[in-house]
Amino acid sequence: MTTLARAWRHKSFAIGAVLVALLIATALLSFVWTPYAPTELDIPHKLQSPSFAHWLGTDSLGRDVVSLLIVGARNGVAVGLIAVGIGLVFGVALGLLAAARRGWVEELVMRFADFGYAFPALLSAIMLAAVYGPGLATAIIAIGIFNVPVFARITRASANGIWAREFVLAARACGRGAWHITAHHVLPNIAGVLIVQATIQFAVAILAEAALSYLGLGTQPPMPSWGRMLNEGQAMMYQSWLLAVWPGLAIVLSVLGLNLLGDGLRDLLDPRLAHVR
Amino acid sequence: MGLFLLKRFASFCATLIAASIVVFAVQAALPGNAAQVMLGESATPEAVQALSSRLGLDLPAPIRYAHWVGGLLEGDLGTSVAYDTPIALLIKERLAVSAPLALMAMALTAVIAIAAGLYAASHHNRLGDVGVMAASQIGIALPNFWFAILLILVFAVKLQWFTAGGFPGWDESPWLALKSLVLPAVALAVVQAAILARITRSAVLDVLREDFVRSARAKGLSTRQVLWRHVLRNAFVPVLTVMGLQFANLLTGTIVVENVFSLPGLGRLIFQAISNRDFLVVQDVVMLLAATVIAINFIVDLLYAVIDPRLKTA
Repeated sequence: MTTLARAWRHKSFAIGAVLVALLIATALLSFVWTPYAPTELDIPHKLQSPSFAHWLGTDSLGRDVVSLLIVGARNGVAVGLIAVGIGLVFGVALGLLAAARRGWVEELVMRFADFGYAFPALLSAIMLAAVYGPGLATAIIAIGIFNVPVFARITRASANGIWAREFVLAARACGRGAWHITAHHVLPNIAGVLIVQATIQFAVAILAEAALSYLGLGTQPPMPSWGRMLNEGQAMMYQSWLLAVWPGLAIVLSVLGLNLLGDGLRDLLDPRLAHVR
Repeated sequence: MGLFLLKRFASFCATLIAASIVVFAVQAALPGNAAQVMLGESATPEAVQALSSRLGLDLPAPIRYAHWVGGLLEGDLGTSVAYDTPIALLIKERLAVSAPLALMAMALTAVIAIAAGLYAASHHNRLGDVGVMAASQIGIALPNFWFAILLILVFAVKLQWFTAGGFPGWDESPWLALKSLVLPAVALAVVQAAILARITRSAVLDVLREDFVRSARAKGLSTRQVLWRHVLRNAFVPVLTVMGLQFANLLTGTIVVENVFSLPGLGRLIFQAISNRDFLVVQDVVMLLAATVIAINFIVDLLYAVIDPRLKTA
C-alpha cells in the first residue's frame, strides 16, 4: 500500500486533512471572492435570518456573515502561520543548540523554556497591549513568543534522542562536527515530530487569536475576525442568537481539523504510538 | 530530601526574579513619557511633571525596579492612578471573585477528567472509550469563551436557570454569588477536562500494562480495587504535571471568561486598567498571575516527590 493510500485510510488524518484543506481554501478564496464586501454596511438589512441572498444572515450592521467568516479565515491562517513560524525558527534553534552543546547551555535553554510557561500568550499580549496598544501585530508577537519555549523543549528532547543513536556516533567517528551532524542527521530525523507539533501549535494560535480579538486585543475593526464576531454576536444574543454560533463553529472546525491532522501525522510518522491513543 | 527542596526552592526564586525583571522591563520600555501617555496629549507640562514625580518615573529604571520589588515584598503594590486606591486593596476585592472561580474550575476539571479518563481506559477500545475520546477531541477544539456564550444562550437566555452575567457579591447573598460562578466554572472546566481526560486515559493505560497490576489481579483484587489502589496513584505523576501546566491556561481562561460573564474579577480589573492606561495596575496584576503560575509549578514539583519518592533522587 502506498504511503498516501495508508494516510487516507487513517480516519483522523483524512478528516483533519479535509478540514484543514477547507480552512486554507477559504482563506485563499477571501483574496479573490466573497459574496458581499465584508466591510460594506447595509443597515436596512441588519440582523436578517439565513436566506438565499444571505446564506447565514446579516449582523447588526447589515454585513453578510458568510463574507465576514471567509475573510476571518484569512486572519486565523495568517496568525497561525506567523506565530508558529516565530516559534519554529527561534525554538528549534534553541533546542538544537541545547542538544548539541549540552552542559550549561542546555541548562540555560531549559530554564528559559520553564520560565516561558509563566507567561501564557494572553498574559504576554496583555503586557504588550498595555504598552504598545492592542492590535494584530501585538497578538502575533505574543502568541509567537509563547511558541518559542514549546518548540525549544520538544526539539531538545527529540534531538537528545537522536544524538544517542549509533549513526551519529559513526558520523562523529568520521570527524563530522556538531553543526554538520545537527544539520544533516539530527534535524531531518526530528522533522516529523516538529511538523506534528506545528499543527498543534497552529490550532493553539487560532484559539489564542480568537480569544485576544474577542477581548479587543487582537484584530482591530474594520478587519473581520472570528473572535470579534463572537464578541458582537454575544451583544446581539437576544435579537439573533445565531450570530454567536457561526464564528464559534468556524473556530471549532478549524481547530478540530488541525488537531486531528496532528494526531494522524503522529500515528503515521511513528506507528508504535498508535496503540497508546 | 533537604537538597532536593533547596534546589527546587532556588530555581523557584530565580524564576520569580526573572519574571519580575521581564514584567518591569516591558512596562519600562513604554515609548515616550509614561505620565504623558496616562494624562493624554492635552495635559500641561506641570501636571505631567507632578505625576512623574508622584510615580517616581523621573528616577533611573534600576532604582524604580528596586522600589517596586521592595514594595511587593512588603505588600505595598502602589496606588492606582485611575481609582486613587491602593492596588493591594483593588486586587484583594477582585480576588474574592477570581480565586473561588479558578478553584471551582480546577476542582471540576479534576473530577470530570479523572472519572472520564479512568472510564475510557478501563473500557479500552470499546464504545465507551471511543465516545470519551471523541468528546474530548471536540472539547479540546472548543474556545472556552464560545462555550461560555453557548452556556449563557441555553441556561440564561432559553431556560433562565442562571443569570447571563454579573456578580451580586458574597455579602449580599452567598448562595446567589456562588450560583453566578457556576456557568463560568463549567465553561472553564469542560475545555480543560477534555485535555486532562486524554492524559489520564493514556497514563492509566500505561500503568495497566505493568507487571504489578497483573500480580494484583492474580491476587484476586477486583478491577475497582486495582484501579483505585494501584493504578491511579502510579498514573498520577503525568496527570499532576499536566494539571500544573493547565493552571496557567485556567488563569488566563479566567481572564477571558470573566469578561464574557461581566464578573468583577482580576480579568476585568486588568482590562479596565489597560483602557485607563493605569500601567502600575497592569504591571502588578500580570506579576501576580505569573507568580501564581510559577508557584503552582513549584508546588507540583514538590508533590511529585510525595507521590513518587524515586524522583527525589533523580
